[in-house]
Amino acid sequence: MAQHVNYIILISTKSMTIKEKRFMSKDNPTLIESATFPRHVIAEIQRAAKTGIYDIRGFGAKREIPTFDDLVFLGASTSRYPLEGYREKCTTEVTLGGRFAKNPIHLKTPITIAGMSFGSLSAQAKESLGRGATIAGTSTTTGDGGMTPEERGHSKTLVYQYLPSRYGMNPDDLRRADAIEIVLGQGAKPGGGGMLLGQKISPRVAQMRDLPEGIDQRSACRHPDWTGPDDLEIKIQELREITNWEKPIYVKVGATRVFYDVTLAVKAGADVVVVDGMQGGTAATQDVFIEHVGIPTLPAVRMAVEALQEMDMHRKVQLVVSGGIRSGADVAKALALGADAVAIGTAALIALGDQSPEFDEDYKAIGSAAGFWDDYQQGNDPAGITTQDPELAKRLDPILGGRRLANYINVLTLELQTLARACGKSHVHNLEPEDMVALTMEAAAMAGVPLAGTSWIPGKNGV
Amino acid sequence: MTAINLNESSVRELNEKLQSGSSGDKFVVNNTVGKHALSVGLTKKVNVEINGHVGYYCAGMNQEASIKINGNAGPGLAENMMSGEVRVTGNASQYAAATGHGGLLVIEGDASSRCGISMKGVDIVVGGNIGHMSAFMAQSGTLVVCGDTGDALGDSIYETKIYVRGKVKSLGADCVEKEMKKEHKEELTKLLEMAQMNYSADEFRRYGSARKLYNFDIDQVDDY
Repeated sequence: MAQHVNYIILISTKSMTIKEKRFMSKDNPTLIESATFPRHVIAEIQRAAKTGIYDIRGFGAKREIPTFDDLVFLGASTSRYPLEGYREKCTTEVTLGGRFAKNPIHLKTPITIAGMSFGSLSAQAKESLGRGATIAGTSTTTGDGGMTPEERGHSKTLVYQYLPSRYGMNPDDLRRADAIEIVLGQGAKPGGGGMLLGQKISPRVAQMRDLPEGIDQRSACRHPDWTGPDDLEIKIQELREITNWEKPIYVKVGATRVFYDVTLAVKAGADVVVVDGMQGGTAATQDVFIEHVGIPTLPAVRMAVEALQEMDMHRKVQLVVSGGIRSGADVAKALALGADAVAIGTAALIALGDQSPEFDEDYKAIGSAAGFWDDYQQGNDPAGITTQDPELAKRLDPILGGRRLANYINVLTLELQTLARACGKSHVHNLEPEDMVALTMEAAAMAGVPLAGTSWIPGKNGV
Repeated sequence: MTAINLNESSVRELNEKLQSGSSGDKFVVNNTVGKHALSVGLTKKVNVEINGHVGYYCAGMNQEASIKINGNAGPGLAENMMSGEVRVTGNASQYAAATGHGGLLVIEGDASSRCGISMKGVDIVVGGNIGHMSAFMAQSGTLVVCGDTGDALGDSIYETKIYVRGKVKSLGADCVEKEMKKEHKEELTKLLEMAQMNYSADEFRRYGSARKLYNFDIDQVDDY
């Protein structure tokens, strides 16, 4: 009987595929778990049969995929000259949006905050993101549902997302923003819209989105007033005319056909292109969408850079990469592959206090646990961040949250500088693919850098 | 009265002039030849008369201004308009007043598909017919159609009210015919007067949301 079997993990290294994992009984080694029907698959079939609806959750892809962890830097030695830590300058400033906009954005660090909506996040969480980003000298971004006064008031540099739903879309906010990000898709669900569950449609959220309280609120999957890249070019023209050609226009895509999407965004007139890989998070969507649509961030960066280089637009149109960025090493590797900046979302929420073991009992009470990102997409987030419940939201002090986020961004920036100096770079943008090798063939092929110890890049030159 | 000739001025120069106008100012725009993004982002009570056909997004995001187009309009006419009045004497292409939050859009001719898509408070009066999927996911505001409608009117509609004088080819998911009460006739009469459409409210039928799709229910899945 399953409930009497004490399972242990015999083989579970990160490099093993799921098919090679076996879970056996300590008492009965002949019991081997099916690779095709492991317990979590059986549980999902049983859940689907019981409820009649697909599984909805927040966060991004949980499956194992090639990541920046599969790349390492080649620090300077005989053939390269390193820079002295804490002494020799390694600058991190970045300018975004100078292609057509009169007022491009200048940031102290290339680590920005990704778009997350008021509605999916509490007002306090949005305020914290603004405070933290401002202390760290970077930008934050609105989300579906419009711009809140808390967010604008506490964000020195605020990017306004222009989304298919146009919830809360207001031309005054467009003019109040420092840049405009036209969202065509996101990494967690390219080709899909969103769903803010009725439990999170508080009176304020309902009023901002012009919808009745408590209903499941659908965010459209495509823009209502154009189809295709030729129309996008005219839409960009309209937005520039409305904002006096002052604001940088970003175009954000979920990573799928990255080469073509980036090419078309640039041809349509984007100042900045944002590419979000499949590890990018969401407030709530179907698990099947999160795990089975889109490609990882690792190959997406290379494909985007190739598109820009082919048009001679690399460094002229800036590339912002997001989806699973966690550390200064991730940032450094994205930049070395050719990105101009990165955006963090999930990691920023963790920095604010999400997934904290401090709330263990509360996570247990809703059938979840810290670190699993599940079962609180309805707004009952014990950390009080992804919620509209006023009592839960009080758990986050926006000033403290902002300070934590700034600390975290500063740590990432220091790590980034550490790696760049080790490679002899006086600006983080001087990092290049030649500074890295890959630890796996998959990562070598996806990132376009050699497998460690070889000069082989799978897929390059027909080999 | 300021006249702007688009053979001599760029779209940027036109919009700069219109956007910096003061309340009560009057402008006439000539030689439009289907140009895009004309008269967008206005915020004051200026009067703009545009002679000729216009391209995409004319009168986009309008606030307060009164804009009249003597001709036909391309896609996205008065998209996301917030207030004021926009009138086109001819026909309008797809997505007219998409996501509009307020104000009044009058189309004296026909409107193409997806008129009033995701509308959020704007009032739209169409003198002729409208195309398929109009008022798709329409949230609030009023759509008045003096002629006939295409397929799937009001699909996945929220709280928008729709009044139709002619034939409805088909209704979309969760859109149903509703009783025409006294308050609806009063509201419609007022809108018809504002739009200068010479019809009686008694000639119209009302449509709106059955509100069955507001929260996901697996037993309603065939309705989507």
